[in-house]
Amino acid sequence: MNELVFFINNVIIAGSVTGSIYAIGAVGVTLVFSIMRFAHFAHADMMTFGAFMVLLLTMAFPGVGGAVGLPTPIVMLPLAMVLTALLAVGIDKAFYKPLRAHGVKPIVMVIASLGVTLMLQGLIRLFAGTGSQNLYLAGERKEIYRLDVPFELATRPIIVTEPQIILFILTIVCVVGLHLFLNRTRLGKAMRAMSDNPDLARASGINTNHIVAVTWVVAGGLAAIAGTLLSLDVTFKPDLSFFLLLPIFAAAIVGGVGHPYGAIAGGFVVGFAETLAVFNWTVLLRPIAHLFPEWVEIPRNLAFVGTEYKIVVPFFILVAILVWRPTGIFKGKVI
Amino acid sequence: MPSIIDVRHVYKAFGGLKVINDCSIQVEEGSITGLIGPNGAGKSTLFNIIAGALLLDSGQILLDGEDITNRPANELFHKGLLRTFQIAHEFSHMTALENLMMVPPQQAGESLFDAWLKPGLVRQQEDEVRRKALEVIDFIGLHHVRNELAGNLSGGQKKLLELGRTMMTDARVVLLDEIAAGVNRTLLGDLVDNIERLNREMGYTFLVIEHDMDMIARLCDPVIVLAQGSVMVEGSIEEIRNNPQVIEAYFGSNVA
Repeated sequence: MNELVFFINNVIIAGSVTGSIYAIGAVGVTLVFSIMRFAHFAHADMMTFGAFMVLLLTMAFPGVGGAVGLPTPIVMLPLAMVLTALLAVGIDKAFYKPLRAHGVKPIVMVIASLGVTLMLQGLIRLFAGTGSQNLYLAGERKEIYRLDVPFELATRPIIVTEPQIILFILTIVCVVGLHLFLNRTRLGKAMRAMSDNPDLARASGINTNHIVAVTWVVAGGLAAIAGTLLSLDVTFKPDLSFFLLLPIFAAAIVGGVGHPYGAIAGGFVVGFAETLAVFNWTVLLRPIAHLFPEWVEIPRNLAFVGTEYKIVVPFFILVAILVWRPTGIFKGKVI
Repeated sequence: MPSIIDVRHVYKAFGGLKVINDCSIQVEEGSITGLIGPNGAGKSTLFNIIAGALLLDSGQILLDGEDITNRPANELFHKGLLRTFQIAHEFSHMTALENLMMVPPQQAGESLFDAWLKPGLVRQQEDEVRRKALEVIDFIGLHHVRNELAGNLSGGQKKLLELGRTMMTDARVVLLDEIAAGVNRTLLGDLVDNIERLNREMGYTFLVIEHDMDMIARLCDPVIVLAQGSVMVEGSIEEIRNNPQVIEAYFGSNVA
């Protein structure tokens, strides 16, 4: 039984955590793509920026969380989302809008977003330093819940931390909220319309500049959530989210670029693929070792790839999807 | 008669190619004005400039005396200037009915705050829009395909949907870009009837690009002939038909 608990802790929970973060990140990437038709590489650093804002706000108002019974970074998250959304709209106004006005090719926008990536990373490093910092400041600590499994043989508990539970809740809220936004509100429908046919959207009286701004607000807000929860789960680092760029793009492409529900599914596919690939299967095989013939010796480590090579998993998925099913699981392109 | 659209000395070049060359036209309020000309005369380009889809190089465009030069299409829409597309455009991933429901301007649901704070008002308006859309879809004879994805409709049905879109709001001027192309004869009759009815009953002004001379003859007065980016002649269809310059432009000098 302990082995099963180990599996739940290391695959189910860990996979859900990475999956949720990839999913929220990939939704932002995919929304930006479906409206503006370019791959926004600076998305990961918008995530870092959101987490950085939370760090600053938590430093400025420590102990606020104690008053409402939540960790202070979570209380500061809405404000950080607003700030990140403003940053996203500002970046668009300053860098992408002039390029759009000149009608440049998407690849130029992609390169511009690479520039924004470097700029954002530099700025965050300048103010936050290059080291890692804990979002839980003095006086607060990460709650860890140990859930005992009601079986005789299981002596080890299932472990989840408070930020992980908050992450699961927020992921569900984001997915439901996004669904209602895109399908129920006129603004969401206008976004769908614009991703379908921008010329017709304009000729139907939809203010496409307004839609672009709304897209950045949504993408920025989601990026702040993803970045903050990632930093809460581990620690804050200036280059933390940058290394998520590949899995997030893999998730968006797996789900079909421009398809938000696909991005969510893609996020979990990539997340679980990663955790399953680094999981040491020997742990599960050992209890049934006596069933094997004697000459079979179970190796000590039976993972597909070592933890340090985790990044090859999304890379492999990305290549495989591009070769065998370039449109993704769901057919992409429009919301 | 006052002119509702006044195009003054417009120039537009794509690279070295001068497509619109000192073009000035007036469209009278309440008229159905035809715009014809050989291929490459600049008809669609002129349309795109008036509708705000292309920026002009120089010149001026007035809508009912108001300068609308280089305003974006969505702004013009709210001023009552609508257009259809030569190659029918549709929101392919929405149903025919949803396509029409996208159109009406200034709904409460447009604002993010209203969507959350006044769901009752938004729903009431949605219901109104839906009623209107159902009326329009009956009018253009697409009731039986209203719940099909617009991308799956036939070319002719998409054209009807284009016309339906202009009926969803109180338009003043509608630019029709080859609305008849690809529509069968029976539907075409309905289309012409609808255009006339909208003109007569709702007071729509139409500016029509068309290659079908029968349709032009039946519908349009006056007719403007465009050639090489500027107005060649303007007048009633009879005058145009008998004008030697026009015949030459269309058929080459050996016919005339």
